[in-house]
Amino acid sequence: MSKQWVNNLQKLGPVIGLIIIVIILSILSPSFLAMDNIFNVLRQVSINALIAFGMTLVILTGGIDLSVGSILALGSAVTAKMLADGMDPILSVLLGLIAGGVMGAVNGLIVTKGKVAPFIATLATMTIFRGLTLVYTDGKPLTGLSNSFSFQLIGKGYFWYIPFPVIWMFIAFVILLFILKKTTIGRGIYAVGGNEEASILSGVKVNRIKVFVYTVTGILSAFAGIILTSRLNSADPNAGMSYELDAIAAVVIGGTSLSGGRGWIFGTFIGSLIIGVLNNGLNLLDVSPFFQQVVKGVVILIAVLLDRRDKK
Amino acid sequence: MEPIVRMTNISKSFSGNQVLKQVSFEIVPGEIHALMGENGAGKSTLMKILTGIYSRDEGDIQVNGRSVDYKDPKDAEKDGISVIHQELNIIPHLTVAENMFLGKEISISKTGILKTKIMRRETKKHLERLGVQLNPDKNAESLSVGQQQMVEIAKALAAETKVLIMDEPTAALTDREIETLFKVMNELKSQGVAIVYISHRMEEIFQMCDRITVLRDGSCAGTENIKDTDLDQIVRMMVGRALGERFPERRVEIGEERLRVEGLSNPGLFEDVHFSVKQGEVLGVAGLMGAGRSEIFETLFGARRKSSGRIFVDGKEVKIKNPYDAKKAGIGFVTEDRKSEGLVLELSVKKNLSLPNLKTLSNWGVISAKAEKAMADDFINKLRIKTHHADLQVKSLSGGNQQKVVIGKWVGINPKILILDEPTRGVDIGAKKEIYQIINELAAQGVAVIMISSELPEVLGMSDRIMVIHEGKVARILDKDEANQENIMQAATGGYRCVETMGQ
Ligand SMILES: Nc1ncnc2c1ncn2[C@@H]1O[C@H](COP(=O)(O)OP(=O)(O)OP(=O)(O)O)[C@@H](O)[C@H]1O
Ligand SMILES: [Mg+2]
Repeated sequence: MSKQWVNNLQKLGPVIGLIIIVIILSILSPSFLAMDNIFNVLRQVSINALIAFGMTLVILTGGIDLSVGSILALGSAVTAKMLADGMDPILSVLLGLIAGGVMGAVNGLIVTKGKVAPFIATLATMTIFRGLTLVYTDGKPLTGLSNSFSFQLIGKGYFWYIPFPVIWMFIAFVILLFILKKTTIGRGIYAVGGNEEASILSGVKVNRIKVFVYTVTGILSAFAGIILTSRLNSADPNAGMSYELDAIAAVVIGGTSLSGGRGWIFGTFIGSLIIGVLNNGLNLLDVSPFFQQVVKGVVILIAVLLDRRDKK
Repeated sequence: MEPIVRMTNISKSFSGNQVLKQVSFEIVPGEIHALMGENGAGKSTLMKILTGIYSRDEGDIQVNGRSVDYKDPKDAEKDGISVIHQELNIIPHLTVAENMFLGKEISISKTGILKTKIMRRETKKHLERLGVQLNPDKNAESLSVGQQQMVEIAKALAAETKVLIMDEPTAALTDREIETLFKVMNELKSQGVAIVYISHRMEEIFQMCDRITVLRDGSCAGTENIKDTDLDQIVRMMVGRALGERFPERRVEIGEERLRVEGLSNPGLFEDVHFSVKQGEVLGVAGLMGAGRSEIFETLFGARRKSSGRIFVDGKEVKIKNPYDAKKAGIGFVTEDRKSEGLVLELSVKKNLSLPNLKTLSNWGVISAKAEKAMADDFINKLRIKTHHADLQVKSLSGGNQQKVVIGKWVGINPKILILDEPTRGVDIGAKKEIYQIINELAAQGVAVIMISSELPEVLGMSDRIMVIHEGKVARILDKDEANQENIMQAATGGYRCVETMGQ
């Protein structure tokens, strides 16, 4: 029994880490724990968290997706262009999401049908999708999109004190948590990452599962882009650069194994909170952005090192 | 004689579950000492403690009269203790030679520049000693399980060994390979090497060993001289009761044809395979390793691509392109290699059992936790899988119990046809009988059972008909009454065909 306890404690490692960081920051900077700052942090976190949630699924299957930043850019560009052309906001958003889903599905198909390693496949599509975004927007930001109230709500709205992006994040979290814990697809995701061969021989539709995780990641990345567009009322073809790194970092800090089959989405949520809180706190403390990078890297290392311990 | 290894009062717990209780065990130079016990009795764990893979909670280990406390297997190796592990530890993308010298590569003084030529030569030499002809540059993943096992054995023999621990080395070997292995063991014994021999095959124990120590539920049930004991006594020591008939009787009305295979081919592996199996029938499949037995059924199951051939289930042709189709057609397949093909080791016993059954356990893709738990508990009971609970990771189960999980997976789909590839490999004598009983029960329910096995007594004891494969062709199909060791071996080595063609 005692060992079980230790295991559970270790699983909670990221949570404890988060609490420690929050305590330190709130001592150093009293404004940190103010209600509006908390929601501010959560809102900043939501973009990365949405992408990282998808990334968690991909990594659980033993894959990786480097193209999320480019999908974000093209997804938001599609929506922005539609809006600028005067299309119905809901339809524009839907088209942006579909674009994201299609790009994700393309990733999945290259990985499954083309049998290309996920790292290589998405490295290639990362460039391709970025290039397409630049072609599509002519390399210029799309601005002054719409004064549609409903579109602005997506990124700027509030429900009571809670910013809409935070609500989106929670909805995505709950849905994915449900999928992972309760559905056959979720079980398949863990099984494929744990032993692909055995999964195939058990009659699990491995290819379908892989296409699914990349598609979900594509949709979530595009949605993150749409939220950004709604907040800024513009779409930048260079948006989302190197977002894949923050997303992967959140997944890893949360305790999901990069080799697949082992991990959880709650950990990823905590992981993105840790990154977000650090960003926000270090900003409040006026730490130079250069040094912030060092801190972030160190945190990732600590997380992985702690995770190593339960291997023996 | 002074023991070379003396383990006294060893205890060990995993997460609060005690798996070894005050076990004492010793080996003297020049003996082959059998270590027996049911699946999960703690044999592998005891040996892993000896070699420093696990740490002990209590007890003392002396090697050559000196107390030792190995921190990892390398320490033990320095004292001349090497192990052939139950689970294969071959790295697929490395060559045979690279696997042989993994961790102890020969290099030019200490530069780390490898002397590949010498290593290749040594590899060849050690393998030839075991009667194995293998190209040292071959990729390990292209080897059969038996060949991989031989590489592991050669690897252990390459080291200066004083104590050799063999954890079920013959589970994946053919009779001929086993014979050579036994010759080498006797050679080592005459050189004064002490050998610990773990096996579930009683015949081998009586043939090879001098003494036997039996573990039961983590306690020592006693040590005997082989000369002074017999099978019944050992079984009683192992399971605490007599077992009775080795192969339980089956009284089943054999029914309509369930499965018919016509002209199944996969060039390079096998050709033009015809056979059929009826409801309630058990078809044994014999043949030498490498004859293509597994490949035929992997292809039938859709795990390999066939070039031609038709498959009929209950008289209707079915198209099988992948294992999913096979499952849908009512075919289950208990694979040969449980670690790489049968189980998702990180997942729990429950989740492994339910994996091929998720469709029936779910509604609109949502798994019913209750149904899943009930199914898992049901199979843990029925198959007597020894696990503390259904949520334990399957990798922490003993080898034999892992095997039962793989069988349980497929029994769960309520198959029309169940293919079992070496279903009792590494399984203890009691559990073997339970597996035979499961097979009989399935047959009684009208399942057509196909059992591939390298253990001839098992094939003879369990089958209604026996299909013998030789070099990718069906050499002969024998009825239960006419089959015996001789005519099976004759057909398996190509003898039958020769006789037949000469007669014409
Ligand atoms: N790393 C581990 N964590 C938790 N439990 C373990 C671990 N290794 C072994 N066990 C448990 O210890 C017991 C003994 O296992 P062990 O592998 O030693 O059995 P065995 O006698 O070698 O059986 P078999 O004949 O099936 O190989 C089993 O109940 C097993 O589940
Ligand atoms: Mg064992």
